[in-house]
Amino acid sequence: MMTTTAETKTWAELTPGERQSARFEGWLAAEGITFDSSEAEATYKAGVTRFRDVIELKKAPDRVPIVLNCTFMPADLYGVDPYDLMYDLKVLMDTFRRFLVDYRPDYYFTPLIIGSGKVLEILDCKQVAWPGHGVSKHQGYQYIEGEYMRDEEYRALIDDPTDFWLRGYMPRVFGALEPLSRISAFTDLWEVVLVTGQMIPFGVPDVQAALTALLEAGREALAYIEQVGPFEGEARGMGFASAAGGISKAPFDILADTLRGTRATMIDMHRRPELVLEAIERLTPLAIKQGVSGATAQANPLVFMPLHKGADGFMSDEQFRTFYWPSLKAVCLGLIEEGCVPYLFCEGGYESRLEYLAELPPGTTFCHFDHTNMARAKEVLGGKVCIGGNVPASLILTGTADEVRAYCKELIDTVAPGGGYVMAFGTAMDEGKPETVHAMVDFTKEYGVYR
Amino acid sequence: MERDLVDALAELREDEALAIVRERLEAGADPLSIFDDAKRAMEIVGQRFSDSEYFIPELVYAGEILKEIAALVKPKMSAGTEMARLGTVIVGTVAGDIHDIGKDIVVFMLDVNGFDVLDLGVDVPVQRFVDSIQESGSSVVGLSGFLTLAFQSMKDTIEAIDGAGLRDRVKIMIGGGPIDEQVRSFTGADAYGKDAMAAVELAKGWLAAEGAVA
Repeated sequence: MMTTTAETKTWAELTPGERQSARFEGWLAAEGITFDSSEAEATYKAGVTRFRDVIELKKAPDRVPIVLNCTFMPADLYGVDPYDLMYDLKVLMDTFRRFLVDYRPDYYFTPLIIGSGKVLEILDCKQVAWPGHGVSKHQGYQYIEGEYMRDEEYRALIDDPTDFWLRGYMPRVFGALEPLSRISAFTDLWEVVLVTGQMIPFGVPDVQAALTALLEAGREALAYIEQVGPFEGEARGMGFASAAGGISKAPFDILADTLRGTRATMIDMHRRPELVLEAIERLTPLAIKQGVSGATAQANPLVFMPLHKGADGFMSDEQFRTFYWPSLKAVCLGLIEEGCVPYLFCEGGYESRLEYLAELPPGTTFCHFDHTNMARAKEVLGGKVCIGGNVPASLILTGTADEVRAYCKELIDTVAPGGGYVMAFGTAMDEGKPETVHAMVDFTKEYGVYR
Repeated sequence: MERDLVDALAELREDEALAIVRERLEAGADPLSIFDDAKRAMEIVGQRFSDSEYFIPELVYAGEILKEIAALVKPKMSAGTEMARLGTVIVGTVAGDIHDIGKDIVVFMLDVNGFDVLDLGVDVPVQRFVDSIQESGSSVVGLSGFLTLAFQSMKDTIEAIDGAGLRDRVKIMIGGGPIDEQVRSFTGADAYGKDAMAAVELAKGWLAAEGAVA
């Protein structure tokens, strides 16, 4: 019924619910995908339908869906160095392909989140320590916190975020792009009298070297995507769906993770709260746009959002209500308006924030928890917001298969009745242990069936 | 007057706290009395953090104001006078892990609660923990980690402490995002702490027990 309506209306005329339907249907249709077998096609379609059911909460899915949320874990499972994942595309593709075949999750995390070590090298990236550059070749990358935006730069960010990114942020996080700090704002360019002047910085040798580095990074990134990009289609053809279409962040985290760093942002909350709020407000529509465009490009409604500084203990309830939640909620509502499904990856504890999440429109969002008490999460969010996760990294890495099965049984018994629960690790795994990961997937496939 | 500085700092009124410090220095006050007030204020900040009245923004901001006060006061000091401390705790983020926010909060809370803290920083090699125990004679060690690779690094560190014959001399606590009882058991640590307050309680308990024994 909804489909018929959707087909006769333009996108602008559709309600958010109709848009969500249309996006789920597009995900299910898998246009342009050649399935390896009719069985693979059936597996894929059952997986997408299962996710739709678990999110929309209209009925229980056929069984508890399983996301294997991970970063470098596939490498660890096969004794491959994270360095090789970042530098050898064949190793990257083979490892992720093999991982899907062996572990058979319903939904996977894309190999694109690993990224290219060569691109980081060409740009001389300062914001991350990656295998062979700041951390050993045997471990994954780690973020380097810093004040990549200075305290006096709030106004520049608020006035023109893109200009700030280009001439403030990028020159600081990429050593090779430092000279871009000396080009002029592009909005200074209007009409003939200013054209020649605008071009002057591009004649300066170090700016030219920065542009050359960009060209080189671009060539490398294109070569990367030519090889890694098709993975998504290939995985669908094998019967697996990606756990994310688009990606976005809470506006507060863009400020506190990406630009100012935790320490400086926390001080800013006291010294210059109005500027913090103004900056967050400015970033909000950009975060919505980023999420929607990714979901559209990937024909997958899920917009993955890793949440950091709003976790339990980081800030008070009043601060959460003032600084974190309004803009995060606005991003969620903006995504939902476009028919996307916010996938809130609530790292750390989120127990004190559950009531806020319950404000989101029912059947539109997925909240993936880490250390949160799941019984309480179900109590607060049951029938409103789909929840998932909570299998501890510690259990997977140091526990036995039996312990994992017992933990998953408890989770399913407590949280899965009636639907609305997705089995997943609490955190995005860098490492894994074959027997416990298998135990989690296989047990859930068997025990998690709704009868 | 003295009470004003304690209040101003504990209430995070930055400008006022700094103005009071300047006035008192100009009036020829003993720099140590200013430090004393600052210390009392930081104890209040720590207590409010323990009571969930203050959170990380307040800890970080209080630390920032304290740094500014120290910059004003230190040039006026002739010689440092050590305050009585509860004991020394060695703290560091284990090998392979460069995260520092959680560790820094633990260091702060131990410090305001009267401990000397030997902060070894991040990505600390196993041997540095062993050497630091030997050199400092400290009996409490805190290992921090945010990544899952820290599980093995913590285990390796504790095994090395054991291998150096120091295991009986120290109590070891671990903490960080993914750390729980499961990891404690895996690494052989004496305890894990869920947050910075737990670290303070553990260290106090162990040192008190030691005192009782001695």
